[in-house]
Amino acid sequence: MATDLKINGKQHQVDLPDDVPLLWVLRDEIGLTGTKFGCGVAACGSCTVHIDGEAVRSCQVALSDVWGDVTTIEGLGTPDAVGAIQQAWVDHQVAQCGYCQSGQIMQAAALLAENPAPTDADIDDAMQGNLCRCGTYPRIRAAIHDAASKLKEA
Amino acid sequence: MASVGKILRRTFLIGSAAIVGGVAFGAYYVSRPAANPLKPADGETALSPFVLIDQNGVTLFAPRAEMGQGVMTTWAALIAEELDVELDQIRVLHGPAAAAYYNSALVGEGLPNKGYDISDFQHNLGEALGVLGRTLSLQVTGGSTSMKDGFERMREAGATARETLKQAAADRLGVDRGQLKTENGEVIAPDGTRIPYTELAEAAGQIEPPHVELRDPTNWRLLGQNLPRVDVVGKSTGTAEFGIDVRPEGLKFASVRINPKLGGEMRSFDASAAEGMPGVEKVVDLGNGVAVIATNTWLAMQAVEAIELDWGDAPYPPETDAIFAEISKAFDTAPNSTMRDDGDVDTLPDGATEITAEYTVPYLAHSTMEPMNATALFNGNSLELWCGNQAPTLIQIRAANTANLDKEAVQIHTTYLGGGFGRRGELDFGEIATKVAMAMPGVPVQTTWSREEDIRHDYYRPGAMARMRGAVKDGQAVLIDGKVAAQSCTQQAVQRYTGIPGGGPDKVLVEGFFNQPYAVPNYRMSGHIADLNIPVGFWRSVGNSHNGFFHETFMDEMAHTAGRDPLEFRLELAKAEHAPSAGCLQAVKEMSGWTGQTPDGVGRGVAMTYSFGTPVAQVIEVVDEDGTIRIAKAWIACDVGLALDPGTVEAQMFGGMIYGLSAAVMGEITFADGEVEQYNFPDYDALRMHNAPVTEVKILETNRHMGGVGEPGTPPSMPALGNALFDLTGERARTLPLVNQFNLLV
Repeated sequence: MATDLKINGKQHQVDLPDDVPLLWVLRDEIGLTGTKFGCGVAACGSCTVHIDGEAVRSCQVALSDVWGDVTTIEGLGTPDAVGAIQQAWVDHQVAQCGYCQSGQIMQAAALLAENPAPTDADIDDAMQGNLCRCGTYPRIRAAIHDAASKLKEA
Repeated sequence: MASVGKILRRTFLIGSAAIVGGVAFGAYYVSRPAANPLKPADGETALSPFVLIDQNGVTLFAPRAEMGQGVMTTWAALIAEELDVELDQIRVLHGPAAAAYYNSALVGEGLPNKGYDISDFQHNLGEALGVLGRTLSLQVTGGSTSMKDGFERMREAGATARETLKQAAADRLGVDRGQLKTENGEVIAPDGTRIPYTELAEAAGQIEPPHVELRDPTNWRLLGQNLPRVDVVGKSTGTAEFGIDVRPEGLKFASVRINPKLGGEMRSFDASAAEGMPGVEKVVDLGNGVAVIATNTWLAMQAVEAIELDWGDAPYPPETDAIFAEISKAFDTAPNSTMRDDGDVDTLPDGATEITAEYTVPYLAHSTMEPMNATALFNGNSLELWCGNQAPTLIQIRAANTANLDKEAVQIHTTYLGGGFGRRGELDFGEIATKVAMAMPGVPVQTTWSREEDIRHDYYRPGAMARMRGAVKDGQAVLIDGKVAAQSCTQQAVQRYTGIPGGGPDKVLVEGFFNQPYAVPNYRMSGHIADLNIPVGFWRSVGNSHNGFFHETFMDEMAHTAGRDPLEFRLELAKAEHAPSAGCLQAVKEMSGWTGQTPDGVGRGVAMTYSFGTPVAQVIEVVDEDGTIRIAKAWIACDVGLALDPGTVEAQMFGGMIYGLSAAVMGEITFADGEVEQYNFPDYDALRMHNAPVTEVKILETNRHMGGVGEPGTPPSMPALGNALFDLTGERARTLPLVNQFNLLV
């Protein structure tokens, strides 16, 4: 049975069983590999995407339960047109191995949409579901603060 | 990364350094006649990169695996510094497997590398593999060596290319090469005419490269600066390609289950339920496990879980307690090594106070963010393998053996690594993906492990124990006599890679133990190998990861017994032995405002480990917040001799510390019924945003030798935290992880 999805503003029709998680629809069916598989149990945040602007772990959302428009890391910007929050990640040289950063950026984007001037404590609360084994946390924090001030000026 | 293959095929066909419309540099220096190009001091000579210039521009090969440590950027900078190109003008690619590189670069007779031939190379490669114990041991003890290795050779590659291009321009213009300058990827003539390298490349391919002196460091434009990482835009936009992102045309997706009783056989399986599940295309018998190939990774994972399996027993004691009882028995056997034996430890100096302590640390998983995976395409007489890996030549040989092919028929594509930490130096994920793809010839198949499969099928950091005896007199350490017992990852890896049992003294087992820069007159350190068959491997900082904790916790206990401040106690001993190490202690003392006193509810600990040529001292501050202990602050000082990219060094020092603190706080692999009891991040977690300390890093450059940076930040973190908890609570941490003893914020 085909399911209709709107991803990064583009309409897709997907023919997969209802219980396939959105993560694996994006990666293996649509070919949007920027969203990463880390744990499959919502414990690392690598697969974070937005549904109607809300940050969700796409490994936990079944295809048939996708309730709105999906935005992935590819929807925030591209190498030729880097998005504002992505630019803060570039400016602060956040990434090391980089594998978790799509999820970190999507989580940060949802935080900033809801709270344009987060404190360190707000960042701790919002970001602690996103694991990074390289230890890029200080630069993630700095990039979020920087993105917040730049978005405010914009 | 497909362009690597294209370039290789092209150079292969030409068989010369002069390629169609371009030129490949870099082989000259590495291929000059040498006693042994794979000499252990630079054990990865075979991975030397080259500079490729064609009509499309300049491509630099940085064939060390980029797993977050910034190696791609700094290797490129070494070349770019001499070549006079900017990092944003060039492409940087992972190099191919070494054999392919050498074949492509050296096979032709038109090459400017007289005196070197392929059979020498093959001989040397064989020799390197034959002495893998030595090579591996050096890769590990000499891990964190990329910069030490590449420092001279990559600048030479860049300089040679520059001067050859200038010669090509000189020939064209009819001027002397000395009259020409280079800048921004162009040769500049005396009259100001600019000729792009790309236009000179073809002619340069016909020229014998001149001998070149390297530039004085005072003239460096790039090295020594914080450089923008070449991978940062890709990694901020979701476009950087990891192994798990490879999408060749017609790709199928697989997942795998191997016997969780590690090394045990598979007696039988029943896949009847799995075969009818959605998307399933094939069930593959791997001998010691099963895989399912499907149209989607998740469908493959569901189906492989639905297979009923009858597993044979593990070849080691099934419970953690029995495993550590076995490790403890190793203390009663003759030492495998005693690499330090100064003075007389058997006689307690007159008037000295003796102290003893025993320490235990658990097995640990690497837990890279990207679960193990690889993608393979088997065509009957050839194989392509895509994966993030730390050892392309070894994985090429393993894949070739698995598919019964010559290694020349196996092409390795190295992608970005979603974390390595030593795990991706293993070969199992490549072998499994090869076996799976062989079940579906002509079809590329990506085999992705579930997180559970990844955590439960690692080559673990060995569980280890130490028995320490020491003596203090007049406030000073006068005797240290230590024994460490653990499985030998080196010996096991030699067996695993070569089929030949590893032997001899295992330096890795005692690194961070026997070689610490303290002037103690009676000092003996021995390693005892535990005879167990649990898969063990190289975990960031390897032997230092347990020995740092043992040595530096014991130093703290001795300082306490001596009634001395633990930082001053160390500083005094280090000053007499190794000035850079003392300098690191002095630096963290100043940075942290160390007084030896802390307010109520605050504890501070210090530790210093010398590893991979770099001393690193750390002070960690813990705070009691209503009964919950938070790691609040940290200060790190390292002396790397020469910091080629200070931003990268700082990131590695902090990241190395976080990796160690994560293990110290909560990392523990335990066994029941022969199986690892941890499954996923909920029971094998790490530090996160809210419990990582606010940290200050200082980089010193007084060390006479360039030290490594990727690993040395890890070992001192664990004892520094344990020592801080002692300062806060009066309870000594002698066993890790610390959550079992202290109410730490997790």
